[in-house]
Amino acid sequence: MTGQPPGAHLPDHPDFLWRNPEPKSSYDVVIVGGGGHGLATAHYLAKNHGITNVAVLEKGWLAGGNMARNTTIIRSNYLWDESSKIYEHSLKLWEGLEEDLGYPILFSQRGVLNLAHTLQDVRDSVRRVEANKLNGVDAQWVEPDEVKKLCPIVNISSDIRYPVLGATYQPRAGIAKHDYVAWGFARRADEAGIDIIQNCEVTGFSTDGDKVTGVHTNLGTIAAGQVALCAAGHTSTLTDMLGIRTPLQSHPLQALVSELLEPVHPTVVMSNAVHVYVSQAHKGELVMGAGVDSYNGYGQRGAFHIIERQMAAAVELFPVFARAHLLRTWAGIVDTCPDASPIVGRTPYDNVYLNCGWGTGGFKATPGLGWCMADTIANDQPHEYIAPFTLDRFVTGALVDEHGAAAVAH
Amino acid sequence: MQLIECPWCGPREETEFHYGGEAHVAYPADPQSLTDEQWAQFVFYRANPKGLFAERWSHHVGCRRWFNAIRDTATYQFHGVYRLDEQKPSPS
Repeated sequence: MTGQPPGAHLPDHPDFLWRNPEPKSSYDVVIVGGGGHGLATAHYLAKNHGITNVAVLEKGWLAGGNMARNTTIIRSNYLWDESSKIYEHSLKLWEGLEEDLGYPILFSQRGVLNLAHTLQDVRDSVRRVEANKLNGVDAQWVEPDEVKKLCPIVNISSDIRYPVLGATYQPRAGIAKHDYVAWGFARRADEAGIDIIQNCEVTGFSTDGDKVTGVHTNLGTIAAGQVALCAAGHTSTLTDMLGIRTPLQSHPLQALVSELLEPVHPTVVMSNAVHVYVSQAHKGELVMGAGVDSYNGYGQRGAFHIIERQMAAAVELFPVFARAHLLRTWAGIVDTCPDASPIVGRTPYDNVYLNCGWGTGGFKATPGLGWCMADTIANDQPHEYIAPFTLDRFVTGALVDEHGAAAVAH
Repeated sequence: MQLIECPWCGPREETEFHYGGEAHVAYPADPQSLTDEQWAQFVFYRANPKGLFAERWSHHVGCRRWFNAIRDTATYQFHGVYRLDEQKPSPS
């Protein structure tokens, strides 16, 4: 038998997809953060609004932060109406994104199972399924035997510490190839004339009353008409420069992959209670995520006992994994928010927009947020899908509590 | 995993400890007089620096007592621990 090496069916690594321009002295819009959200915002500014005098400033290399460090799960089965709108909008965009970008992103709608292990889990899950249906999101409650059909390697026996009592199932959910997503957005934004400037770290801001007039960087000061902050885990370092307080706490979030294996895992399985989430990447690695490390941290690494606990959970749910070997682990820095929902919208500065607080789940929102952020910048008014996620909900009390549906402990 | 110095028990493994977030956040002296904005600041808002951070830890499977620590959030290195009745040390 002459098998192909793993990954042989994937596209070759491309040549350069974007320019590396020197920054101009001034732009209509400066986006701080060249990750998924920043690049998607740039793309939709050009595509939907014809705004192309835009710079995306990235302190490291393009999409080298959480965009390079996530478990790529895409779904929209959140509880509340506010969340449903933005996440479902995003999922619909994912469904057409490959054509839109003209670039393969390997979006695979293989379905997501969110397992329930206790009676309370079951009640919460069924409630979430019904809420999803009312919001037009595809969702089903599935019993343990159906879980076994959808993912045969899950252990559904009743004698494990946290037996599988059923699951929510979203068939349209899935995974995508994170790097290709970033490259696809970057290529399109670059083609439209947007400058993507790497190794450009923001060190401060010039302000004039209620406006930010310029962005200070290691490559000089850049004048800006409007500024969008899309810096995920490092948002607080920027808002501190502007004197804007946020309720964010940055934590390391770890994940890992196994060595390459034959296809054994056909779907995505998440479990709040034993706490692991697993899929199998296109190339064959098992990709697994943990909960956040408890302490605040910016170090892009976490403690090993978190990985140990996560592996214990994985092996209990998937006994076959006991024979797999861990290949590498990593951590991203996630900006967690008290209600596990994002903060998007206006700031005390008239021309500065905030996009942060996505915590452990920002990847799935990449196209949806980019679309809404671009609309917000173009019209200088929050798009209706992001309007509920203001900073002042922590004063008014209109929180959007998604700790259950976020499915990652934080 | 790293060793954390409990002020009462000495160095123990990180897994014995529980994190308590920012230290020195006092309960409002006159809660009745707070505006919604001030309540939001007390309930939800905490500092989130990249660098030295004064924070609370509890030795929850040891002596179960709380203490404060100065830790660098970029390197995770502890720069010192002190008891709740001790002043926050000034960075050296």
